[in-house]
Formats: sequence, structure tokens, C-alpha cells
Amino acid sequence: MPSLAEVALGQQATVREVSGARAFRRRLLELGLVPGVAVRVVTIAPLGDPLRIEVRGGQWSLRRSEAAQIDVDPAPHG
Amino acid sequence: MADDDDDKPGDRRPMIVLAGNPNVGKTTLFNALTGLSAKVSNYPGITVERRVGRVTLPDGRVADLCDLPGTYSLNARSAEEQIAFDAIVGLAGEPVPDAAIVCLDATQLARSAYLLLQIQELGTRCVVALTMVDEAKSATPDPKALGALLGCEVVAVTARTRTGIPELLDAVVRAAHGERRAVWTWEPDPAISAGIAAVRAALPDAWMTRTRFGTSVARGDDALALWALSSIEARADSAHGDADELDVPAAVRTAVERADLPEGKLDAPILARWAFLDRELPRLVAKPPDRTRTERIDRVLLHRIFGFAVFLGVMAVVFMSLFAWSKPAIDGVDSLFKWLGDELRTAIAPAASEELCDKLTASTDARTIVTDFLVDGVIGGVGAVMVFLPQILLLFLFLGFLEDCGYLARVAYLMDRIMRTMNLHGRAFVPMLSGFACAVPAIMATRTMERRRDRILTMMVVPLMTCSARLPVYTLVIAALIPGSAATQALLMVGMYLFSVSTALAAAWIMSRTVQPLKAKRLPFLIELPPYRLPRLRDVVRMMWSKSSMFLREAGTVILVCSIALWALLSFPRDPTDGHPDRVAACAVADGDEAKQALVDAESGARLAESYGGRLGHTVEPVLAPLGFDWKIDIGIIGAFAAREVFVSTLGIVYSVGGEADESSEPLREALRSAKKPDGSQAYTPLVGLSLMIFFALACQCMSTLAVVRRETRSWRWPAFLFGYMTTLAWIASMLVYQVGRLLGFG
Repeated sequence: MPSLAEVALGQQATVREVSGARAFRRRLLELGLVPGVAVRVVTIAPLGDPLRIEVRGGQWSLRRSEAAQIDVDPAPHG
Repeated sequence: MADDDDDKPGDRRPMIVLAGNPNVGKTTLFNALTGLSAKVSNYPGITVERRVGRVTLPDGRVADLCDLPGTYSLNARSAEEQIAFDAIVGLAGEPVPDAAIVCLDATQLARSAYLLLQIQELGTRCVVALTMVDEAKSATPDPKALGALLGCEVVAVTARTRTGIPELLDAVVRAAHGERRAVWTWEPDPAISAGIAAVRAALPDAWMTRTRFGTSVARGDDALALWALSSIEARADSAHGDADELDVPAAVRTAVERADLPEGKLDAPILARWAFLDRELPRLVAKPPDRTRTERIDRVLLHRIFGFAVFLGVMAVVFMSLFAWSKPAIDGVDSLFKWLGDELRTAIAPAASEELCDKLTASTDARTIVTDFLVDGVIGGVGAVMVFLPQILLLFLFLGFLEDCGYLARVAYLMDRIMRTMNLHGRAFVPMLSGFACAVPAIMATRTMERRRDRILTMMVVPLMTCSARLPVYTLVIAALIPGSAATQALLMVGMYLFSVSTALAAAWIMSRTVQPLKAKRLPFLIELPPYRLPRLRDVVRMMWSKSSMFLREAGTVILVCSIALWALLSFPRDPTDGHPDRVAACAVADGDEAKQALVDAESGARLAESYGGRLGHTVEPVLAPLGFDWKIDIGIIGAFAAREVFVSTLGIVYSVGGEADESSEPLREALRSAKKPDGSQAYTPLVGLSLMIFFALACQCMSTLAVVRRETRSWRWPAFLFGYMTTLAWIASMLVYQVGRLLGFG
């Protein structure tokens, strides 16, 4: 299953599962990055990392290694 | 004035807390509600600001309004979240709030409502302030319908125009008189229910709603138990590297450990809250807010070429403001305090200033001692504190502006790739850059990072950056001791800058791998990139003022005490028989002020050598001799502890060319060049000069830095560590330079 780190620039995907260390996973979940939500890779920082993602109308900076812990469905949401 | 007169027992002022996510306009609302009454202090033991102001409620009562740190959740992973939680439920010495105003961002409704759900589960009476309605425009939900859904009153406010503020306060009064109830939007499954019940049974009486609220709210106790379950479990992964211990009674901790819910079980409450929001909110929000403006700006500001160009430009402005533009103000502060000192000296001892020769003998006269204490100790010390104000004000003016408009988060986004190679946070860039001007404001700027570990690591390396106080030392040493053309000398100066950047980065890398609380691999880097917004000058200025006044109150007092102690060290003991008879005799027959002044300078030099500080210079000579320094340089190094540039004037006194000498003083340069060792050889070779510069580059020669680190970390441990590691590093590096240089035959 692809991870958020593999989603192409500008593409949208649907979150399937958030894994990784417990505290970090909880943080992402509490910010609304829960299974079923649409997420988009808005830009990639000029040096290739981190990513800027959009979730629920808010934008976040997230490192590739962290995005790799978020499994997604590449199919656009809804 | 009459400030805390109304703290009568039994007649407590109502307490309202203001909660919300970061970037939702909470501070603007706080400023609009409290006007100029806000007071800023620190929560005990940590560097989270506690801001409390007064607000007059429509029923005539005056309430305290406490602005909580902006958080996304109450599950205590950070100090900020812990404080927000304590203040909302009324634990850890915080009063139980009569009501909470929770800011919901109309453009980020679901995310900000998540925090509200957590607060309401705990049984805190809530009123929602719906902010950013001017930005959300037609995407704004109907406050009535939202209120019906969430179970509390919702008032749309625009703090800038004060729209909705009276209605918000009316709602607060109604809420504060309302009943206590815990609003849950989801039902826990049996496993979680069992865990909650077990932990609730272990809650101390002081934590129960019947004690805190005076009335028992069963589900409020459940929520507190759930909070303990989630927070303690999250804290168990020390992956976030926060050294703070969660403040939970041992019995509760044991109960949580015994409940032993399976991994992932406590995700369920989070998912359940989101399920509620995702089910209900779409009915109220017609369409997502328009973000095209922010996207368009980011297309330029985060562009791979223009983005860095703008970034360099912005950083250049910040740097120049600290380095160059603050100079007139700093000089102004300096001359103001010098003028004050001179005026005071003339006022107290008008006669003494007339005859130069009197200065040779008058030092133990009580009046002279008092004058010296007031002028050199107190006024000099206050000046040493005030001199930081221009840079602190300017830096926080820029930081406040960049933070509020949303650019500071972008700086972290742009720089993260580079900074994280050294295990530093992307937000450490601005403090490190500011360190080129002065470590004191730079260390204060580490507050823009939320993790304590990131803040401390940055504080530990910022003092290695070439601050502007090192420049006079380098200038003097290069000009006096380093031969070669102006180009060689300029190159050496550039080399010192590069040296400082590389040692700072290397130190960060090494410490993040070796020093226990700073050790952390791959810390998550998750920051919000908020929409661009026009900052409000009023909010920025208020922030700037609160930082500055806290610096004056807390770090300032330590700096002042150290200045006075250092003055005493370099001024005592005073020999009652002072005034070397030869010099007194010579002065009596000396021709002209110049000759007399030379004798006075010689006397000052002799007195400094005899002072406690001077003797200390002799004492430490064997320790610093392997670095190529003699006791005269050692006295300069002791004096430099007040501030590095003091090295120059201290050497000026030691070499009897007067304390007014600066780095461009030709007599001082000449004195250094021609100084001889007891055996007649040259005392300061170019190699000694290099060793001295390396020493100044690395040693923590700055009590103000230590004072501000102590204030920011709230412990003496970190300043002690900083001083210890930098000084050791300096000693080893200078020793190697000098000894290896000598072996290679460089003198």
C-alpha cells in the first residue's frame, strides 16, 4: 500500500492508517489526520523535504520519513 | 498600585480561561478583552508565559481572564498542554475556572472544535468565541445551529472591531451561572470503560469534581481518568524528548499501568470525537474557506529560487537590524549611563575630579568608595542590563511580525532539511542567526520552538556564534598581534566567523548524540503553516514589551548582581597606604596633565593587579599558561566575564594606558606588541594572538548569557553545563593551537 510520502506533488489521497510511534500517531490523529480523511501534498520544500500537506483545510509541514508512516489510498477522496 | 487588595477570602474574583488552538486569533481576542490590564509572568518551573488580565463582566463583577497557551489537544505531551489542562480543570494550584471561552476558528472549524469537545467532556462550562469570521466569509457556520450542536453558546466575534464582544461577555455570565455538566459526544467501549473506572477509583480526592466543583459530575471524573490514561501512555514514549515529568499522583500512575489497555486502544476516543465532528459539522459548513490568497503568496515565498531569495532578504534585514541598526540605540544607552555616572561622580565628589594627583591617594576615602560603587557598580551594572534592550526590542518586533503573519513557520519549513542534519529544529535557524549579533536575545528567541529539548539544544549552541561583543577583541588582537596585509587580517576575521558556525553545528550534532536529555533521534517535525494574515501592530508591540520587561525583571537582576560582584572583585581590596610613594612624589613635580595622567594610569594598573581579580589572574596563570596567556591576559579574561568587550578596557588598565582604551587604541596595540616576558622575549606572538582568539570564540565569557539561559530553562543546571562545556572546549582548543603551533616552530 502506498504511503503519503509516495503521493505525487499536488495529488490527493485518502488516509487509510496512521502507524509509527504512539505519541506521534496520537498527535496526527488529534489533528484530524484520521482514516478516511482526504489529504493533499501541496508543495515539497525546495530541498526535497519536508512536505507541505493539506488536511481539513489546514496545512502542515511533515517530513518524508513521517509521511512514510501514513498509509493512503491514492484514489482521490469522494 | 492598589493591586491585590481585592483578594479577600470567600469573595474570589471570577476566573475565566481563554483556550484555543494556535493561530486562531486568541491573543488578539485576549488583548481586546483585557485592554492594558494584562500581566505576564511565568508558570513556576517552566518557561510558559502566564498572561492574566482583568475584564469587567456585564453583571458588574470584575473577572480574571487567563490566556492559556495555544494547543491542539489537552493530552499532556508538552508543558503547554499540561498547563492548559491544569487551568481548565483547576489542578496544580490553578483555580477552578468559572467558565472557559474557547476560540473556534471559522476557517478551521473541525480542528478547533476537537479541543472544545475535550474541554466539555471534563465538565468545564464553555462559551465559544467564533473567530476569523471575516476571513471565512460565507463559509462561516450559523452560530445558533453550531451552539445547538455543541451544547454551548456560540458568539461570532471580530476582535479588531470589537464586534460580538459584549454578546460574548453576556454569554460568559450566563455560562458561569449555569450548572456543571460534562458533555460527551461519544460512548466508550467496554474495555475503555473498564480502564476509566479503574483509574477513576484511584483519583485523589482533590482531583474529583465534588472537590473541585463542589458538586459531583460523574462523567467529568470519567474524562479526567481518560485524560490520565491517554497522557501517561503518550508520555511513556519518550520519543518526543521532553524532559518534563508529567505531574500525576503515584496512585493514578499505578492504576493506569495496571489498566494496561492494548496498544492502539486509546486511539478510539480520538477517532470517536472525529467521527462526531465529521458526521455533524458538514451540515453547518457550506464550503471550505478560500485559501487562494495564501496559496498564491506561497507560490512565490516557497518557490525553490524566489523562495530562498526572499528568505535571504528577510534574514538579512533581521540580521542587519540586530547587528547595525541597533548600534545607535546601543551607543545611546552606553553614553546615557556614562553621562549619568559622570554626573553622579561630580555631584558626590566635586573636588576629587579637579586634581589628577588626588586620584593617586583617594581610593580608600569612604566617599570615593561609595562613589565608585554607585558609578561603576550600580550604574554600570544597570547599564550592562539596559544595553541589551535595543536588540531585544528589535528582534521581538521582527519575530512577532513574522510569527503573526505566518512567515516564521515557513522559515522552519524551508530550513528544516538543513537544520535537522544537526538534529536541530527548523525553527532554530532564527535564534542561531540572531546569535551573530548577541546570544541574549537569540536565546530568548528559542521560545518559538515548542519542545523543551529543541529549545535547550539551541540555547546550548547559540553562544558559540560570533556575537558582536567578540569583535572588539578580535579587532584588537588581529591589529596588534597578527602580521600581514589588511587582506590577510580581513580573511582571518572571516575565518573566525566560519569557525564559529562550524563549531556550533558540530556541537549540536555531538550533543544530540551524547547529552542525555538532548539525545533524540528523528524527532517528529510537525508544524502548522497557517494562512498569511496581516499582523496587528498592537499585538506585536505588546508581545515585544512583555518579553522585554520579563528580561529586565528576571535576567536583568542576575546580570546586575554579577556586575556589582565583578566590580568588587576588580576594585578591592584597597590598600589604605595606596598611592605608590614614588608616583605620588613624581606627580607633585610632574609637568602637565599628560604626565600626571600617565602616573594615574600606572597607579590604576598597579591597583588592578593587586585586586582580588588581579590576584585571581595570578592564581590561574599556571592553568592558562599552556594556552600561552600570562596573568595580565588572565585578568582581562576575568574582566571579560562581565561582557567580552570589557577585555579590551581591562587590558587598557593593566597596561596603564587607561580604561578608556578601545580596540582601535594605538597605545594599547603598541603596549601589547612590545610586552615582554620576564626573560625578555616577546610576550605575545602571533600564535598567542591566535590562541587568544580561539579562546574567545569558544569560552562562555558572558554572564548575561548564563543569566538568560538560567531564566529560560528555570534551572542552574543548564547554565552550569553551558559554562563548563564551552570553557573546557576553549581551553583544550587554545592549548592545542598554542602547543602544536610551538612544536611547528611558530613561536
